[in-house]
Amino acid sequence: MTPAVVAMSIIVLIVFAGTLLGLRAGKGRHMNLEEWSIAGRSFGLLFMWLLMAGEIYTTFAFLGASGWAYSRGAPSLYIMAYITLGYVVSFYILPCIWEIGRRHGLQTQSDFFERRYGSRFLALLVSVVGVLFIIPYLQIQLTGLGIIVQVASFDHIPRNLSMLIAVCVVAMFVYFGGMRSVAWVSVLKDFLMIVAALSIGIFVPWHYFGGVSPLFHALANAHPEHLVMPGATKTMGHGWFISTVLLSACGFYMWPHTFGAAFTARSGEILRRNAIVTPLYTISLIFILITGFAAVLIVPGLPNGDMSLLVLARKSFPAWFLGVIGGAGALTAMVPAAIILLTASTLFAKNVFRPVFAAQMPEESVARLAKIMVLVLAATSFVLALHSSSTLVALLLLGYAGVTQFFPGVVLGLFWNRVTTAGVTAGLLAGLATASSLMLAHRDPFFGLNAGFVALVLNFVITMAVSFSTPRQRNPFPLAGEEQDVIAPRPARASDTAPASLSG
Amino acid sequence: MRRPSLTAVLIGLVPFVGMCFTVPWWDRISPMVCGLPFNLFWLLLWIVLSSICMAFANGIEETRKKERHNR
Repeated sequence: MTPAVVAMSIIVLIVFAGTLLGLRAGKGRHMNLEEWSIAGRSFGLLFMWLLMAGEIYTTFAFLGASGWAYSRGAPSLYIMAYITLGYVVSFYILPCIWEIGRRHGLQTQSDFFERRYGSRFLALLVSVVGVLFIIPYLQIQLTGLGIIVQVASFDHIPRNLSMLIAVCVVAMFVYFGGMRSVAWVSVLKDFLMIVAALSIGIFVPWHYFGGVSPLFHALANAHPEHLVMPGATKTMGHGWFISTVLLSACGFYMWPHTFGAAFTARSGEILRRNAIVTPLYTISLIFILITGFAAVLIVPGLPNGDMSLLVLARKSFPAWFLGVIGGAGALTAMVPAAIILLTASTLFAKNVFRPVFAAQMPEESVARLAKIMVLVLAATSFVLALHSSSTLVALLLLGYAGVTQFFPGVVLGLFWNRVTTAGVTAGLLAGLATASSLMLAHRDPFFGLNAGFVALVLNFVITMAVSFSTPRQRNPFPLAGEEQDVIAPRPARASDTAPASLSG
Repeated sequence: MRRPSLTAVLIGLVPFVGMCFTVPWWDRISPMVCGLPFNLFWLLLWIVLSSICMAFANGIEETRKKERHNR
Protein backbone atom coordinates (compact mmCIF):
# COMPACT_ATOMS: atom_id res chain seq x y z
CA MET A 1 0.00 0.00 0.00
CA THR A 2 1.32 3.42 -0.84
CA PRO A 3 1.49 6.06 1.94
CA ALA A 4 -1.24 8.03 0.20
CA VAL A 5 -3.65 5.11 0.40
CA VAL A 6 -2.81 4.48 4.07
CA ALA A 7 -3.28 8.13 5.06
CA MET A 8 -6.47 8.56 3.07
CA SER A 9 -8.00 5.35 4.41
CA ILE A 10 -7.41 6.49 8.00
CA ILE A 11 -8.98 9.88 7.27
CA VAL A 12 -12.01 8.28 5.64
CA LEU A 13 -12.30 5.89 8.57
CA ILE A 14 -12.23 8.72 11.13
CA VAL A 15 -14.74 10.83 9.21
CA PHE A 16 -16.96 7.80 8.73
CA ALA A 17 -16.78 6.89 12.44
CA GLY A 18 -17.54 10.50 13.39
CA THR A 19 -20.50 10.71 11.03
CA LEU A 20 -21.88 7.41 12.23
CA LEU A 21 -21.52 8.45 15.86
CA GLY A 22 -23.33 11.68 15.09
CA LEU A 23 -26.16 10.19 13.08
CA ARG A 24 -26.82 7.47 15.65
CA ALA A 25 -27.28 10.20 18.28
CA GLY A 26 -29.96 11.87 16.20
CA LYS A 27 -31.74 8.63 15.33
CA GLY A 28 -35.25 7.87 16.48
CA ARG A 29 -36.11 11.45 17.34
CA HIS A 30 -38.91 13.34 15.76
CA MET A 31 -37.18 16.12 13.87
CA ASN A 32 -39.06 19.37 14.19
CA LEU A 33 -37.30 22.70 13.77
CA GLU A 34 -36.38 23.07 17.41
CA GLU A 35 -34.95 19.55 17.72
CA TRP A 36 -32.99 19.90 14.50
CA SER A 37 -31.58 23.36 15.13
CA ILE A 38 -31.06 23.53 18.91
CA ALA A 39 -31.49 19.91 19.95
CA GLY A 40 -34.72 20.72 21.73
CA ARG A 41 -32.84 22.98 24.21
CA SER A 42 -31.71 19.92 26.11
CA PHE A 43 -27.96 20.36 26.38
CA GLY A 44 -26.54 20.06 29.84
CA LEU A 45 -23.60 21.98 31.12
CA LEU A 46 -20.92 19.48 30.08
CA PHE A 47 -22.20 19.23 26.54
CA MET A 48 -22.39 22.99 26.17
CA TRP A 49 -18.90 23.26 27.47
CA LEU A 50 -17.57 20.82 24.94
CA LEU A 51 -19.29 22.72 22.17
CA MET A 52 -17.97 26.07 23.36
CA ALA A 53 -14.47 24.87 24.22
CA GLY A 54 -14.20 23.27 20.82
CA GLU A 55 -15.16 26.51 19.17
CA ILE A 56 -11.63 27.85 18.90
CA TYR A 57 -10.40 24.59 17.38
CA THR A 58 -11.67 25.26 13.92
CA THR A 59 -9.68 24.71 10.74
CA PHE A 60 -8.76 28.33 11.15
CA ALA A 61 -6.77 27.67 14.31
CA PHE A 62 -5.33 24.41 13.00
CA LEU A 63 -4.22 25.30 9.48
CA GLY A 64 -4.75 29.06 9.36
CA ALA A 65 -2.74 29.99 12.47
CA SER A 66 0.22 27.79 11.50
CA GLY A 67 -0.14 29.03 7.94
CA TRP A 68 0.19 32.65 8.98
CA ALA A 69 3.07 31.92 11.36
CA TYR A 70 4.74 30.36 8.30
CA SER A 71 3.93 32.92 5.65
CA ARG A 72 3.54 36.18 7.64
CA GLY A 73 5.49 35.52 10.85
CA ALA A 74 4.89 37.58 13.98
CA PRO A 75 1.58 39.17 12.87
CA SER A 76 0.05 35.74 13.52
CA LEU A 77 0.54 36.41 17.25
CA TYR A 78 -2.60 38.55 17.02
CA ILE A 79 -4.56 35.29 17.18
CA MET A 80 -3.40 34.52 20.73
CA ALA A 81 -4.20 38.05 21.87
CA TYR A 82 -7.64 38.38 20.31
CA ILE A 83 -9.01 35.05 21.48
CA THR A 84 -7.94 35.75 25.07
CA LEU A 85 -9.36 39.28 24.97
CA GLY A 86 -12.52 38.03 23.28
CA TYR A 87 -13.14 35.93 26.39
CA VAL A 88 -12.44 38.98 28.57
CA VAL A 89 -15.13 40.92 26.67
CA SER A 90 -17.51 37.99 27.10
CA PHE A 91 -17.29 38.37 30.89
CA TYR A 92 -19.06 41.73 30.68
CA ILE A 93 -21.62 41.16 27.95
CA LEU A 94 -22.64 37.49 27.88
CA PRO A 95 -24.26 37.35 31.35
CA CYS A 96 -26.36 40.41 30.45
CA ILE A 97 -27.37 38.95 27.09
CA TRP A 98 -28.27 35.72 28.84
CA GLU A 99 -30.40 37.50 31.44
CA ILE A 100 -32.30 39.50 28.83
CA GLY A 101 -32.67 36.40 26.68
CA ARG A 102 -34.30 34.52 29.51
CA ARG A 103 -36.55 37.37 30.50
CA HIS A 104 -37.77 38.07 26.98
CA GLY A 105 -37.58 34.59 25.47
CA LEU A 106 -34.97 35.44 22.84
CA GLN A 107 -33.37 32.79 20.63
CA THR A 108 -31.24 34.59 18.07
CA GLN A 109 -29.18 37.72 17.63
CA SER A 110 -31.89 39.07 15.38
CA ASP A 111 -34.47 38.60 18.18
CA PHE A 112 -32.26 40.71 20.44
CA PHE A 113 -32.20 43.62 17.99
CA GLU A 114 -35.90 43.36 17.29
CA ARG A 115 -36.84 43.45 20.99
CA ARG A 116 -34.36 46.13 22.05
CA TYR A 117 -34.96 48.52 19.17
CA GLY A 118 -38.51 47.60 18.21
CA SER A 119 -37.63 47.57 14.54
CA ARG A 120 -38.43 44.78 12.10
CA PHE A 121 -36.17 46.36 9.52
CA LEU A 122 -33.14 46.37 11.84
CA ALA A 123 -33.81 42.77 12.86
CA LEU A 124 -33.98 41.77 9.21
CA LEU A 125 -30.80 43.67 8.41
CA VAL A 126 -28.99 41.90 11.25
CA SER A 127 -30.09 38.48 10.00
CA VAL A 128 -29.12 39.15 6.39
CA VAL A 129 -25.72 40.56 7.35
CA GLY A 130 -25.14 37.65 9.75
CA VAL A 131 -25.86 35.07 7.06
CA LEU A 132 -23.78 36.97 4.50
CA PHE A 133 -20.65 37.35 6.61
CA ILE A 134 -20.74 33.85 8.00
CA ILE A 135 -20.17 32.54 4.46
CA PRO A 136 -16.42 33.37 4.53
CA TYR A 137 -16.24 31.44 7.81
CA LEU A 138 -17.84 28.48 6.08
CA GLN A 139 -15.48 28.90 3.18
CA ILE A 140 -12.55 28.61 5.61
CA GLN A 141 -13.70 25.18 6.69
CA LEU A 142 -14.20 23.93 3.12
CA THR A 143 -10.86 25.28 1.94
CA GLY A 144 -9.25 23.61 4.96
CA LEU A 145 -10.86 20.28 4.13
CA GLY A 146 -9.64 20.62 0.56
CA ILE A 147 -6.07 21.21 1.75
CA ILE A 148 -6.22 18.19 4.06
CA VAL A 149 -7.33 15.80 1.33
CA GLN A 150 -4.84 17.24 -1.11
CA VAL A 151 -1.85 16.85 1.21
CA ALA A 152 -2.87 13.51 2.67
CA SER A 153 -3.44 12.00 -0.77
CA PHE A 154 0.12 13.13 -1.69
CA ASP A 155 -1.42 15.45 -4.29
CA HIS A 156 -3.18 12.62 -6.11
CA ILE A 157 -6.60 14.10 -5.48
CA PRO A 158 -6.78 17.71 -6.73
CA ARG A 159 -8.00 20.49 -4.44
CA ASN A 160 -11.28 21.14 -6.25
CA LEU A 161 -12.37 17.52 -6.19
CA SER A 162 -11.46 17.25 -2.49
CA MET A 163 -13.55 20.31 -1.67
CA LEU A 164 -16.47 18.86 -3.60
CA ILE A 165 -16.27 15.62 -1.62
CA ALA A 166 -15.96 17.62 1.60
CA VAL A 167 -18.96 19.83 0.92
CA CYS A 168 -21.17 16.84 0.11
CA VAL A 169 -20.20 15.02 3.30
CA VAL A 170 -20.84 18.10 5.48
CA ALA A 171 -24.15 18.97 3.84
CA MET A 172 -25.50 15.43 4.11
CA PHE A 173 -24.36 15.24 7.69
CA VAL A 174 -26.20 18.42 8.67
CA TYR A 175 -29.20 17.66 6.51
CA PHE A 176 -29.89 14.32 8.16
CA GLY A 177 -28.36 14.81 11.59
CA GLY A 178 -29.00 18.25 13.04
CA MET A 179 -27.51 19.81 16.16
CA ARG A 180 -27.46 16.72 18.34
CA SER A 181 -25.26 14.87 15.85
CA VAL A 182 -22.91 17.80 15.68
CA ALA A 183 -22.46 17.89 19.45
CA TRP A 184 -21.53 14.22 19.58
CA VAL A 185 -18.94 14.48 16.82
CA SER A 186 -17.53 17.49 18.64
CA VAL A 187 -16.47 15.26 21.53
CA LEU A 188 -14.45 12.97 19.25
CA LYS A 189 -13.01 15.92 17.38
CA ASP A 190 -11.74 17.76 20.47
CA PHE A 191 -9.97 14.66 21.70
CA LEU A 192 -8.26 13.97 18.37
CA MET A 193 -7.36 17.64 17.95
CA ILE A 194 -5.54 17.83 21.25
CA VAL A 195 -3.59 14.67 20.42
CA ALA A 196 -2.67 16.12 17.03
CA ALA A 197 -1.71 19.60 18.30
CA LEU A 198 0.45 18.29 21.14
CA SER A 199 2.19 15.63 19.09
CA ILE A 200 3.11 17.98 16.26
CA GLY A 201 3.98 20.93 18.50
CA ILE A 202 6.23 18.87 20.75
CA PHE A 203 7.64 16.23 18.40
CA VAL A 204 8.60 18.47 15.48
CA PRO A 205 10.88 20.94 17.36
CA TRP A 206 12.42 18.08 19.31
CA HIS A 207 13.02 15.89 16.26
CA TYR A 208 14.58 18.54 14.01
CA PHE A 209 16.22 20.91 16.47
CA GLY A 210 16.41 19.11 19.80
CA GLY A 211 13.85 21.37 21.49
CA VAL A 212 11.85 24.58 21.27
CA SER A 213 14.72 26.80 22.40
CA PRO A 214 17.19 25.67 19.67
CA LEU A 215 14.39 26.04 17.12
CA PHE A 216 13.83 29.70 17.94
CA HIS A 217 17.55 30.41 18.22
CA ALA A 218 18.02 28.96 14.74
CA LEU A 219 15.09 30.97 13.39
CA ALA A 220 16.29 34.15 15.11
CA ASN A 221 19.67 33.70 13.41
CA ALA A 222 18.31 32.86 9.98
CA HIS A 223 15.29 35.17 9.74
CA PRO A 224 15.20 37.56 12.74
CA GLU A 225 12.70 39.83 10.94
CA HIS A 226 10.17 36.98 10.77
CA LEU A 227 9.78 36.91 14.55
CA VAL A 228 8.80 40.54 15.08
CA MET A 229 6.05 42.58 13.49
CA PRO A 230 5.47 43.32 10.63
CA GLY A 231 7.15 39.96 9.90
CA ALA A 232 7.16 39.01 6.24
CA THR A 233 4.56 41.68 5.45
CA LYS A 234 5.00 45.39 4.82
CA THR A 235 1.75 46.62 6.32
CA MET A 236 1.08 44.56 9.45
CA GLY A 237 2.91 46.59 12.05
CA HIS A 238 1.89 47.55 15.57
CA GLY A 239 -1.01 49.77 14.48
CA TRP A 240 -2.41 46.87 12.52
CA PHE A 241 -1.92 44.53 15.49
CA ILE A 242 -3.73 46.79 17.95
CA SER A 243 -6.63 47.56 15.61
CA THR A 244 -7.05 43.95 14.50
CA VAL A 245 -6.95 42.61 18.06
CA LEU A 246 -9.56 45.18 19.18
CA LEU A 247 -11.81 44.44 16.20
CA SER A 248 -11.64 40.66 16.61
CA ALA A 249 -11.97 40.68 20.41
CA CYS A 250 -15.13 42.79 20.14
CA GLY A 251 -16.46 40.58 17.37
CA PHE A 252 -15.69 37.24 19.04
CA TYR A 253 -19.26 36.82 20.32
CA MET A 254 -20.97 38.75 17.52
CA TRP A 255 -21.16 35.81 15.11
CA PRO A 256 -24.70 34.49 14.84
CA HIS A 257 -23.63 31.10 16.20
CA THR A 258 -21.49 32.37 19.08
CA PHE A 259 -24.01 35.03 20.17
CA GLY A 260 -26.74 32.40 20.21
CA ALA A 261 -24.64 30.16 22.45
CA ALA A 262 -25.14 32.65 25.31
CA PHE A 263 -28.84 31.79 25.43
CA THR A 264 -28.20 28.10 26.04
CA ALA A 265 -26.35 28.41 29.36
CA ARG A 266 -28.06 27.48 32.59
CA SER A 267 -27.28 30.77 34.34
CA GLY A 268 -25.46 34.07 33.93
CA GLU A 269 -23.00 33.13 36.68
CA ILE A 270 -21.83 30.14 34.67
CA LEU A 271 -20.98 32.38 31.73
CA ARG A 272 -19.07 34.73 34.02
CA ARG A 273 -17.11 31.90 35.62
CA ASN A 274 -16.45 30.45 32.16
CA ALA A 275 -14.60 33.62 31.27
CA ILE A 276 -12.04 32.86 34.00
CA VAL A 277 -11.10 29.48 32.56
CA THR A 278 -11.63 29.99 28.84
CA PRO A 279 -8.59 32.25 28.23
CA LEU A 280 -6.45 29.29 29.25
CA TYR A 281 -7.65 27.35 26.20
CA THR A 282 -5.61 29.76 24.11
CA ILE A 283 -2.39 28.28 25.50
CA SER A 284 -2.82 25.21 23.29
CA LEU A 285 -2.59 27.45 20.22
CA ILE A 286 1.05 28.06 20.98
CA PHE A 287 1.87 24.54 19.78
CA ILE A 288 0.23 25.29 16.47
CA LEU A 289 2.17 28.55 16.08
CA ILE A 290 5.45 26.80 16.95
CA THR A 291 4.73 24.30 14.17
CA GLY A 292 4.28 27.13 11.67
CA PHE A 293 7.53 28.77 12.75
CA ALA A 294 9.40 25.44 12.56
CA ALA A 295 8.07 24.91 9.02
CA VAL A 296 9.84 28.12 7.91
CA LEU A 297 13.18 26.37 8.41
CA ILE A 298 12.21 22.79 7.53
CA VAL A 299 9.96 23.16 4.48
CA PRO A 300 10.65 26.64 3.05
CA GLY A 301 9.12 27.94 -0.15
CA LEU A 302 5.62 26.42 -0.07
CA PRO A 303 3.28 28.27 -2.42
CA ASN A 304 0.45 28.20 0.14
CA GLY A 305 1.30 28.75 3.80
CA ASP A 306 -1.92 27.10 4.96
CA MET A 307 -0.46 23.78 3.82
CA SER A 308 2.65 24.12 6.03
CA LEU A 309 1.42 22.20 9.09
CA LEU A 310 0.27 19.21 7.05
CA VAL A 311 3.29 19.16 4.76
CA LEU A 312 5.47 19.19 7.85
CA ALA A 313 3.43 16.38 9.37
CA ARG A 314 3.71 14.40 6.14
CA LYS A 315 7.49 14.80 6.22
CA SER A 316 7.88 13.94 9.91
CA PHE A 317 5.38 11.19 10.69
CA PRO A 318 4.54 7.77 9.22
CA ALA A 319 1.58 7.72 6.83
CA TRP A 320 -0.89 6.31 9.36
CA PHE A 321 -0.27 9.17 11.79
CA LEU A 322 -0.62 11.69 8.98
CA GLY A 323 -4.00 10.03 8.51
CA VAL A 324 -4.87 10.58 12.19
CA ILE A 325 -3.86 14.24 12.01
CA GLY A 326 -5.74 14.66 8.74
CA GLY A 327 -8.80 12.94 10.20
CA ALA A 328 -8.70 15.20 13.26
CA GLY A 329 -8.37 18.18 10.92
CA ALA A 330 -11.26 16.98 8.79
CA LEU A 331 -13.59 16.66 11.78
CA THR A 332 -12.34 20.04 12.99
CA ALA A 333 -13.54 21.54 9.76
CA MET A 334 -16.78 19.56 9.61
CA VAL A 335 -18.08 20.43 13.07
CA PRO A 336 -17.86 24.23 12.78
CA ALA A 337 -19.05 24.02 9.18
CA ALA A 338 -22.06 22.06 10.38
CA ILE A 339 -22.80 24.48 13.25
CA ILE A 340 -22.53 27.44 10.90
CA LEU A 341 -24.73 25.81 8.26
CA LEU A 342 -27.34 25.01 10.88
CA THR A 343 -27.36 28.49 12.41
CA ALA A 344 -27.30 30.35 9.14
CA SER A 345 -29.99 28.29 7.45
CA THR A 346 -32.31 28.47 10.47
CA LEU A 347 -31.71 32.22 10.72
CA PHE A 348 -32.51 32.65 7.05
CA ALA A 349 -35.67 30.58 7.11
CA LYS A 350 -37.01 31.92 10.41
CA ASN A 351 -35.82 35.53 10.59
CA VAL A 352 -35.51 36.50 6.92
CA PHE A 353 -37.80 34.45 4.71
CA ARG A 354 -40.79 34.03 6.99
CA PRO A 355 -41.23 37.67 8.06
CA VAL A 356 -40.70 38.98 4.53
CA PHE A 357 -42.43 36.52 2.25
CA ALA A 358 -44.75 34.29 4.23
CA ALA A 359 -45.80 35.48 7.66
CA GLN A 360 -48.26 32.61 8.02
CA MET A 361 -45.73 29.89 7.21
CA PRO A 362 -46.19 26.89 9.49
CA GLU A 363 -43.25 25.59 11.53
CA GLU A 364 -42.83 22.42 9.42
CA SER A 365 -42.42 24.44 6.25
CA VAL A 366 -39.84 26.63 7.96
CA ALA A 367 -37.94 23.49 8.93
CA ARG A 368 -38.12 22.21 5.35
CA LEU A 369 -36.94 25.55 4.00
CA ALA A 370 -34.06 25.60 6.50
CA LYS A 371 -32.93 22.22 5.26
CA ILE A 372 -33.02 23.38 1.65
CA MET A 373 -30.99 26.43 2.71
CA VAL A 374 -28.31 24.09 4.05
CA LEU A 375 -27.75 22.83 0.52
CA VAL A 376 -27.91 26.32 -1.01
CA LEU A 377 -25.41 27.79 1.47
CA ALA A 378 -23.07 24.81 1.14
CA ALA A 379 -23.12 25.16 -2.66
CA THR A 380 -22.55 28.92 -2.46
CA SER A 381 -19.52 28.64 -0.22
CA PHE A 382 -18.17 25.81 -2.40
CA VAL A 383 -18.32 28.03 -5.48
CA LEU A 384 -16.69 30.89 -3.57
CA ALA A 385 -13.96 28.59 -2.27
CA LEU A 386 -13.21 27.44 -5.83
CA HIS A 387 -12.61 30.96 -7.04
CA SER A 388 -10.78 32.38 -4.05
CA SER A 389 -7.09 32.43 -3.36
CA SER A 390 -7.31 34.16 0.03
CA THR A 391 -5.50 32.73 3.02
CA LEU A 392 -7.65 31.28 5.80
CA VAL A 393 -6.82 34.16 8.13
CA ALA A 394 -7.72 36.74 5.48
CA LEU A 395 -11.14 35.09 5.14
CA LEU A 396 -11.68 35.19 8.87
CA LEU A 397 -10.73 38.87 9.01
CA LEU A 398 -13.26 39.57 6.25
CA GLY A 399 -15.98 37.93 8.33
CA TYR A 400 -14.93 39.85 11.45
CA ALA A 401 -15.00 43.16 9.58
CA GLY A 402 -18.69 42.44 8.93
CA VAL A 403 -20.08 40.86 12.10
CA THR A 404 -18.24 43.19 14.50
CA GLN A 405 -20.41 46.02 13.17
CA PHE A 406 -23.14 44.57 15.44
CA PHE A 407 -21.02 45.37 18.50
CA PRO A 408 -22.12 49.00 19.05
CA GLY A 409 -25.78 48.01 18.75
CA VAL A 410 -25.33 45.23 21.29
CA VAL A 411 -23.15 47.02 23.85
CA LEU A 412 -24.91 50.37 23.74
CA GLY A 413 -28.23 48.52 23.68
CA LEU A 414 -27.27 46.79 26.91
CA PHE A 415 -25.68 49.65 28.83
CA TRP A 416 -26.91 52.97 27.45
CA ASN A 417 -30.53 54.06 27.73
CA ARG A 418 -30.12 56.93 25.32
CA VAL A 419 -29.28 54.85 22.22
CA THR A 420 -32.00 54.95 19.55
CA THR A 421 -33.12 52.76 16.67
CA ALA A 422 -32.17 55.38 14.11
CA GLY A 423 -28.71 55.67 15.66
CA VAL A 424 -27.98 51.95 15.57
CA THR A 425 -29.35 51.50 12.06
CA ALA A 426 -27.33 54.44 10.72
CA GLY A 427 -24.17 53.28 12.51
CA LEU A 428 -24.53 49.70 11.29
CA LEU A 429 -25.11 50.75 7.68
CA ALA A 430 -22.19 53.22 7.77
CA GLY A 431 -19.90 50.60 9.30
CA LEU A 432 -20.81 47.96 6.73
CA ALA A 433 -20.47 50.41 3.84
CA THR A 434 -17.06 51.58 5.05
CA ALA A 435 -15.73 48.08 5.72
CA SER A 436 -16.85 46.69 2.38
CA SER A 437 -15.76 49.66 0.27
CA LEU A 438 -12.30 49.76 1.89
CA MET A 439 -11.87 46.03 1.36
CA LEU A 440 -13.17 46.03 -2.21
CA ALA A 441 -10.84 48.94 -3.01
CA HIS A 442 -7.94 46.93 -1.51
CA ARG A 443 -7.36 49.64 1.07
CA ASP A 444 -7.00 47.14 3.92
CA PRO A 445 -4.93 47.90 5.98
CA PHE A 446 -6.03 51.54 5.81
CA PHE A 447 -3.10 53.78 6.85
CA GLY A 448 -1.73 50.94 8.93
CA LEU A 449 -5.05 50.18 10.62
CA ASN A 450 -7.40 47.25 10.04
CA ALA A 451 -10.18 48.43 7.69
CA GLY A 452 -12.86 46.70 9.76
CA PHE A 453 -11.63 48.59 12.83
CA VAL A 454 -11.81 51.93 11.03
CA ALA A 455 -15.40 51.04 10.10
CA LEU A 456 -16.17 50.05 13.71
CA VAL A 457 -14.95 53.39 15.07
CA LEU A 458 -17.05 55.25 12.51
CA ASN A 459 -20.00 53.03 13.39
CA PHE A 460 -19.68 53.95 17.10
CA VAL A 461 -19.38 57.67 16.35
CA ILE A 462 -22.40 57.71 14.03
CA THR A 463 -24.50 55.55 16.35
CA MET A 464 -23.92 57.96 19.23
CA ALA A 465 -24.26 61.15 17.19
CA VAL A 466 -27.52 60.08 15.55
CA SER A 467 -28.85 58.78 18.89
CA PHE A 468 -28.27 62.17 20.48
CA SER A 469 -30.03 63.95 17.66
CA THR A 470 -33.10 61.70 17.65
CA PRO A 471 -35.80 61.66 20.35
CA ARG A 472 -35.35 59.47 23.41
CA GLN A 473 -36.84 56.00 23.30
CA ARG A 474 -38.12 53.75 26.03
CA ASN A 475 -35.55 51.04 26.87
CA PRO A 476 -37.32 47.67 26.99
CA PHE A 477 -34.32 46.23 28.89
CA PRO A 478 -34.23 48.74 31.79
CA LEU A 479 -31.03 49.08 33.79
CA ALA A 480 -31.49 48.50 37.49
CA GLY A 481 -31.19 51.60 39.66
CA GLU A 482 -31.52 54.06 36.82
CA GLU A 483 -34.43 56.32 36.22
CA GLN A 484 -35.71 56.37 32.70
CA ASP A 485 -36.67 59.95 32.24
CA VAL A 486 -38.84 59.13 29.33
CA ILE A 487 -41.89 59.11 27.67
CA ALA A 488 -43.82 55.93 28.11
CA PRO A 489 -45.05 54.66 24.77
CA ARG A 490 -48.14 56.55 23.78
CA PRO A 491 -50.85 55.43 21.45
CA ALA A 492 -49.95 56.57 17.98
CA ARG A 493 -51.60 59.82 17.05
CA ALA A 494 -51.28 61.98 13.99
CA SER A 495 -49.45 64.63 15.99
CA ASP A 496 -46.66 62.16 16.77
CA THR A 497 -45.32 62.47 13.29
CA ALA A 498 -45.07 66.23 13.55
CA PRO A 499 -41.58 67.68 13.92
CA ALA A 500 -42.55 68.90 17.38
CA SER A 501 -41.79 65.44 18.76
CA LEU A 502 -38.10 66.00 18.01
CA SER A 503 -37.85 68.21 21.06
CA GLY A 504 -37.85 65.12 23.33
CA MET B 1 -30.21 43.97 34.54
CA ARG B 2 -27.26 45.82 36.02
CA ARG B 3 -24.13 47.33 34.55
CA PRO B 4 -20.89 45.65 35.66
CA SER B 5 -19.25 47.76 38.39
CA LEU B 6 -16.62 50.30 37.42
CA THR B 7 -13.88 48.43 39.30
CA ALA B 8 -14.66 45.23 37.43
CA VAL B 9 -14.54 47.07 34.10
CA LEU B 10 -11.19 48.66 35.02
CA ILE B 11 -9.78 45.22 35.86
CA GLY B 12 -10.99 44.03 32.46
CA LEU B 13 -8.96 46.78 30.79
CA VAL B 14 -5.73 45.46 32.33
CA PRO B 15 -5.38 42.50 29.88
CA PHE B 16 -6.07 44.90 26.99
CA VAL B 17 -3.18 47.06 28.14
CA GLY B 18 -0.93 44.02 28.63
CA MET B 19 -1.69 42.17 25.41
CA CYS B 20 -2.72 44.89 22.99
CA PHE B 21 -1.88 48.56 23.56
CA THR B 22 1.68 48.00 24.80
CA VAL B 23 2.74 45.93 21.79
CA PRO B 24 5.60 48.31 20.71
CA TRP B 25 7.33 47.67 24.04
CA TRP B 26 7.23 43.89 24.06
CA ASP B 27 7.37 42.96 20.39
CA ARG B 28 11.00 41.77 20.26
CA ILE B 29 12.99 38.55 20.16
CA SER B 30 15.41 38.94 23.06
CA PRO B 31 15.61 38.15 25.86
CA MET B 32 14.33 34.69 25.06
CA VAL B 33 12.44 33.19 27.98
CA CYS B 34 11.71 29.46 28.30
CA GLY B 35 13.10 29.07 24.78
CA LEU B 36 10.45 31.37 23.36
CA PRO B 37 11.02 34.74 21.71
CA PHE B 38 10.11 37.52 24.12
CA ASN B 39 6.85 38.49 22.34
CA LEU B 40 5.56 34.93 22.32
CA PHE B 41 6.50 34.45 25.97
CA TRP B 42 4.87 37.77 26.90
CA LEU B 43 1.56 36.74 25.33
CA LEU B 44 1.69 33.34 27.01
CA LEU B 45 2.28 35.06 30.36
CA TRP B 46 -0.64 37.42 29.76
CA ILE B 47 -3.00 34.60 28.92
CA VAL B 48 -2.45 33.36 32.46
CA LEU B 49 -2.59 36.89 33.93
CA SER B 50 -5.85 37.59 32.05
CA SER B 51 -7.38 34.55 33.62
CA ILE B 52 -6.32 35.84 37.07
CA CYS B 53 -7.75 39.29 36.29
CA MET B 54 -11.06 37.71 35.39
CA ALA B 55 -11.06 35.79 38.67
CA PHE B 56 -10.65 39.11 40.53
CA ALA B 57 -13.39 40.77 38.50
CA ASN B 58 -15.68 37.84 39.17
CA GLY B 59 -14.96 38.10 42.90
CA ILE B 60 -15.95 41.77 42.86
CA GLU B 61 -19.16 41.11 40.97
CA GLU B 62 -20.14 38.28 43.32
CA THR B 63 -19.46 40.32 46.46
CA ARG B 64 -21.52 43.15 45.05
CA LYS B 65 -24.33 40.76 44.33
CA LYS B 66 -24.20 39.31 47.85
CA GLU B 67 -24.23 42.79 49.44
CA ARG B 68 -27.26 43.69 47.40
CA HIS B 69 -28.89 40.49 48.48
CA ASN B 70 -28.24 41.13 52.20
CA ARG B 71 -29.50 44.68 52.10
